[in-house]
Amino acid sequence: MSILLNEKTKVIVQGITGRIGTFHAQEMLDYGTNVVGGVTPGKGGSTHLNLPVFNTVKDAVENTGAEASIVFVPAAGAADGIMEAADSGIKYCVSITDGIPAQDMIQVKRYMLRYKKEDKMILTGPNCAGTITPGKAMLGIMPGHIYIPGNVGLIGRSGTLGYEAASQMKAEGVGITTSVGIGGDPINGSSFKDILELFEEDAETKGVMLIGEIGGPQEAEAASFVKENMTKPVVAFIAGLSAPKGRRMGHAGAIISGKGDSAAEKAEMLKEAGIVVAPNPSELGSTMKKVMSKT
Amino acid sequence: MDIHEYQAKEILSEYGVRVPEGVLADSPRRAVNAFDQLGTKNCMVKAQIHSGARGKAGGVRLCKTDDEVSLACEELLGSRLVTHQTGPQGKLVEKLYIEEGLQIAKEIYLAFVMDRAKQRIVLVASKEGGTEIEELAAEKPDAIIRIEVDPAVGLTYFQARELAFSLSIDPSIIKYAVKTFMGCYKAMIELDANMVEINPLIITTDNVLMALDAKIGFDDNALFRHPEIAELRDTSQEDPRETAASEHDLSYIGLDGSIGCMINGAGLAMATMDMITQRGGQPANFLDIGGGASPERVAKAFELVLQDDSVKAMLVNIYAGINRCDWIAEGVVKALSKMELKVPLIVRLSGTNVEEGKKIITDSKLPIIMADTLADAAEQAVQAAQAKS
Repeated sequence: MSILLNEKTKVIVQGITGRIGTFHAQEMLDYGTNVVGGVTPGKGGSTHLNLPVFNTVKDAVENTGAEASIVFVPAAGAADGIMEAADSGIKYCVSITDGIPAQDMIQVKRYMLRYKKEDKMILTGPNCAGTITPGKAMLGIMPGHIYIPGNVGLIGRSGTLGYEAASQMKAEGVGITTSVGIGGDPINGSSFKDILELFEEDAETKGVMLIGEIGGPQEAEAASFVKENMTKPVVAFIAGLSAPKGRRMGHAGAIISGKGDSAAEKAEMLKEAGIVVAPNPSELGSTMKKVMSKT
Repeated sequence: MDIHEYQAKEILSEYGVRVPEGVLADSPRRAVNAFDQLGTKNCMVKAQIHSGARGKAGGVRLCKTDDEVSLACEELLGSRLVTHQTGPQGKLVEKLYIEEGLQIAKEIYLAFVMDRAKQRIVLVASKEGGTEIEELAAEKPDAIIRIEVDPAVGLTYFQARELAFSLSIDPSIIKYAVKTFMGCYKAMIELDANMVEINPLIITTDNVLMALDAKIGFDDNALFRHPEIAELRDTSQEDPRETAASEHDLSYIGLDGSIGCMINGAGLAMATMDMITQRGGQPANFLDIGGGASPERVAKAFELVLQDDSVKAMLVNIYAGINRCDWIAEGVVKALSKMELKVPLIVRLSGTNVEEGKKIITDSKLPIIMADTLADAAEQAVQAAQAKS
């Protein structure tokens, strides 16, 4: 078991013929992901990386039975690409693109309200490294070899800090069921809580590591969800303890603009919810191992 | 991206928001002329900097005579105004806005913000304008009105009317209030702002509704479709280190410490800064080189960090996914072929092509300290910086 993605999941790549799309489609294939095709408007009917290319996501879904998509469309058109996936029956979509205007994402979120819960696509990202179910499939741009299969779910807003966490866990022999990047933007597809719910339901996942950062209400929401609904142990880390107020720290969403936004306040909220907060970013793996050994 | 008050007022007035008469001035003589031009009994001399809370910091002065205007200008122009939002270094005052003096009967707080919990735009307002919203939220949370805007429909007239009535605005000017609210919302949407704030929105003693102050923040990610807004950028309000970095599309934030940082990824960059702080050091900067950085880009970033004289040690921490450790190493070596390394350099490489990267560093014979873990790298950097200072 895993969440969102396994070796059978049929995947299409939106923007497959572009430089970035091509590179990562090949990496995903090499990892063993069941990539069944790609979409580039105007290039339908051709083949790329030995895969069929379609003009629209609907064509791709009809012809390949694709269930998941990864969107490598540049920022100006990325939101449109996500909505196209949602309207074409894709069940799970990862948006990698950094730099999507926030109001475009507001439109995406509003657009997706039209679907009934059972028909609604799950979106993770944008501005993330993607999702990986180690040993099975990768829907993202991460270095796959640093993740080993196991029973800890990993969720984070940052790509490279997620790599740091995964490799520390690997060094400690702690494996991962699925790692999900929710991205560094202020308006994103899925929140920590959304993914925590999936890990709580997943039989194979026995514990979760959550990597948050300054800015936004999603860590606080996660804390109350864990306190009220989670039976599995959660370890967390919040980056940005040394970040100044009012400055956007690289990620569009990483800014301390009001109450509850700082790393210290978030860490406090998580602790109050019974979550073990790693003392520093070099002890992510060891803290997770310690907590898992008690379960 | 932030803009000045006078620019925000110019924009909002195009959207139907009434603003006081005002003239921009960059010298005492021009300011006095502006006062004469306004022809009012008194005027406000307002320092134009990218910060709120200017009033409390002495950046907004009420003047009744030409001499007072002249004196205020001499004091303010060329000074660095320090508010609780600017940090101790303050912001340079290059321009003043000379505005007509008004008799205020009522002060309202009005703002459109991106609400991250609701994931849509929310209108925030209060009868108790003039003070900062954070203070108001802490002291009188019940005095704050919040109205969610449905992105599919936009702000509706009935919502605008409801707000106007709950703010106890006189029925005779309700239609101006509605026009103001609708105008601000339209500006927010059309210009991809992430915040439009009028604090205070005043009602004068002769019952006129006006924006006495105005602040607009724009979404950097949307500037590509608003070239006219991008032109309003004022680099005199930025840290010069950040201006230089932005020319190379590098995400850099200047800080006050002594350990220069070059890292890939915002989260890892923050975590590395945290690690440095925890080990007793202070980062000199935040710098994310981004994904897929070429050796040229790495070299540029590296030079930029070392240009800062307060840097006593430098830490490079890379976890390469779409980056390549060999390109990072090449970039560092390339930068050091052109400049002398005066401070200890600690490099930690992980991920894609790590062995190739390490080999390039070793082969260069440069005095570079290699670290294996984040903790080790931070520890070495802190010790090196302390030994240097």
